[in-house]
Amino acid sequence: MSLLVVSGSPHVHGDLSTKKIMWGVVYAMIPALLVSFYFFGMGAVKVVLVSVVASLFFEWVITKYLLKQKPQISDGSALITGILLAFNVPSNLPVWIIIMGALVAIGIGKMSFGGLGKNPFNPALVGRVFLLISFPVQMTSWPTPIPMFKAPMLDAITGPTPLGVVKEGLRNGESMETVMSQVPDYVNLLLGNNAGSLGEVSALALLLGGLYMLFRKIITWHIPFSYLATVLIFSGILWLVDPNAYVNPLFHLVTGGMMLGIFFMATDMVTSPMTPVGQIIFGVGVGLLTIIIRVWAAYPEGVSFAILIMNAAVPLLNKIKPKRFGEIVKA
Amino acid sequence: MLKTFRIGGVHPKENKMSASAPIEVMEHPKRAVVPVSQHLGVPATALVKKGDFVKTGQMIAKGEAFISANVHSPFTGKVFRVEETLDSTGFRRMAIIIDVEPDNWMEGIDLSSDLKREIDLSPEEIVKKIHESGIVGMGGATFPTHVKYMVPEGKKVEYLIINGVECEPYLTSDHRLMLEKGEEMMIGIAILMKGLKVNKCIIGVENNKPDAIAHLKDIASKYQGISVEALKVQYPQGGEKQLIDAVLRRQVPAGKLPLDVGCVVNNVGTCFAVYEAVQKNKPLIERIVTVTGKPVKKPSNFMVRIGTPVDMLLAKAEADVEASGKIINGGPMMGKALVTTDVPVTKGTSGILLMAKAESNRNEEQNCIRCSKCTTVCPQGLEPHLLKILGKRMDAEACEVERIMDCIECGSCVYTCPAQIPLLDYIRIGKAKTGAMIRNRSRK
Ligand code: SF4
Ligand code: SF4
Repeated sequence: MSLLVVSGSPHVHGDLSTKKIMWGVVYAMIPALLVSFYFFGMGAVKVVLVSVVASLFFEWVITKYLLKQKPQISDGSALITGILLAFNVPSNLPVWIIIMGALVAIGIGKMSFGGLGKNPFNPALVGRVFLLISFPVQMTSWPTPIPMFKAPMLDAITGPTPLGVVKEGLRNGESMETVMSQVPDYVNLLLGNNAGSLGEVSALALLLGGLYMLFRKIITWHIPFSYLATVLIFSGILWLVDPNAYVNPLFHLVTGGMMLGIFFMATDMVTSPMTPVGQIIFGVGVGLLTIIIRVWAAYPEGVSFAILIMNAAVPLLNKIKPKRFGEIVKA
Repeated sequence: MLKTFRIGGVHPKENKMSASAPIEVMEHPKRAVVPVSQHLGVPATALVKKGDFVKTGQMIAKGEAFISANVHSPFTGKVFRVEETLDSTGFRRMAIIIDVEPDNWMEGIDLSSDLKREIDLSPEEIVKKIHESGIVGMGGATFPTHVKYMVPEGKKVEYLIINGVECEPYLTSDHRLMLEKGEEMMIGIAILMKGLKVNKCIIGVENNKPDAIAHLKDIASKYQGISVEALKVQYPQGGEKQLIDAVLRRQVPAGKLPLDVGCVVNNVGTCFAVYEAVQKNKPLIERIVTVTGKPVKKPSNFMVRIGTPVDMLLAKAEADVEASGKIINGGPMMGKALVTTDVPVTKGTSGILLMAKAESNRNEEQNCIRCSKCTTVCPQGLEPHLLKILGKRMDAEACEVERIMDCIECGSCVYTCPAQIPLLDYIRIGKAKTGAMIRNRSRK
């Protein structure tokens, strides 16, 4: 008789794998990806390609030569970081800046902590914030979208994002009405026909991806829901107090990186809390910080900072324990 | 909505290949190996020696300690040797080896197949009879049954809960028993209720066995106080604590027993054994064993005498041992991988599962991605990813704080982990260390 395998139970495994989860996230990003190609054309294609190739390359090189381990780029996690980083930058960003961003995202954001699963901060956000601080001009000159086939391949004009318009206008003392008349209407905000980082413009496409991930149980409702609800409630209260000084909650929801943050960045399993209660507190925290930054801080957009700050609080939130069996003795 | 337990759980592929195979009686081997330790607790002391002649049903080892169980000879024949042999746990243990001859039963054992319904014994006599007959938990845990029936002063039992869940994939021995020995089993339940002095009993059966549920409901309608509860299929519902939570919505606190929430839990196989012992005077010398898996041509359920070599079962079920990479004593979630098939069936052998070569090896372990799916599925509300780290570090204090001793080793966490981490391997190390620390402390 040939030798038998002897190992501890259990002897069967479900069909879940890291690869499946990661590729599920990639599939969920396809709608937003297509929208970006549609509105920003070859510029978006170029940014995504460069970011993805650079991320995969850095992951491979660093794992192989610095960590001296077997590279695992097929698990899809570096691919996600690459796409997310591209989603977070304007579609006309110079190639060398994108490459720097990928190096920081993968090299410092992820591999310096030991690779997949060990990083405390969302790598794509680390890359983005690094770029935002280092290259503020290039990172904030957003091309206005030109729907594919509708215009000749002109050099795009650049302009501020809707959030930027609002912040600037309100700071200059313009009335809410005037300010709001300068931004695209909700249909265009939902579809993505507005200036912004290439992957964040279409709230609808991102929502679609988010729902897909919820359906496939790649993410749970705790973070997206608590984040979304907090944004709506908090900005809603401000708006009710003074509708002339604060924009309405719906506008917050469909502009900037909000949807991207809610479904793809805050839900990153590696950098978010591990118990339902922790996740809800995390979502509430990110929601509050996002609105605080958007409304009162110097930057028009606060999603990235808010998520990174709450990432830092995760070890603390992980002290919250799940409900143990036996704690509910009665019915 | 069907009931189930309230924390965690998984639903592995059921693969009940042998569900429609009726129970077949297994032939007798030429030589039988009967370990003196087939139960949880202190091994029994052998009463026979080399050369002695034993009859079928004769007590051959006595469980003297509080938690121990008697062992009876499953066969008639001459004791070939009393020596240490390899058993299904992978350890060498003391066993009584018998050269089998045609059956010559002990006097007083009723071999007829007539149903005997009247229960003549008093509660005390019932418990005594269970003790004498060497009955242990037949679901696989093999805890001596009579111990559960010695209810300490001051504790009140309200319910007898019967486990007909069979939540392990592949296994069907309980399913077949409920279908084919339902009447006997139900009398066994009535006996246990009398022994326990309770008038309420709930039989939990998972909803993937509708035939068994219907059959038992039909029989139970003739009894007072016995109800059958169809449960949602969810692993590990067969865990004592999970089952009580499922049927009664009561959670046994950590470190406590079912008794503390007014329950005693027994397996359906145990009820049948109790019927045989009390009504027929027949000690526990046989059980139903499922032989199944992809490499098995005829997935089967056998009525097997204790001590029969596993090899014989495999041959009868036409199992292709060469094509299997792993052979498991029990189910795929909690069973133990066998080192060799040259081991005997014991009181706890609920099934023998063969895994094809391709399904025998574990997947490569990867980095934890902190997805917390292990936490979500843990039926005990623990954090397996954390226990794994603490266990690996052998940090007994931290393990205790994180409630590692609550782990029931169900394997749900490992089953789910997308990074293919054998969490339970490390948790077992942590449990061993923590258990030792706790024992040391109480000794001081
Ligand atoms: S094996 Fe232990 S830690 Fe893992 S799921 Fe089961 S009870 Fe929880
Ligand atoms: S299921 Fe596996 S990968 Fe996920 S948190 Fe638990 S140990 Fe880590």
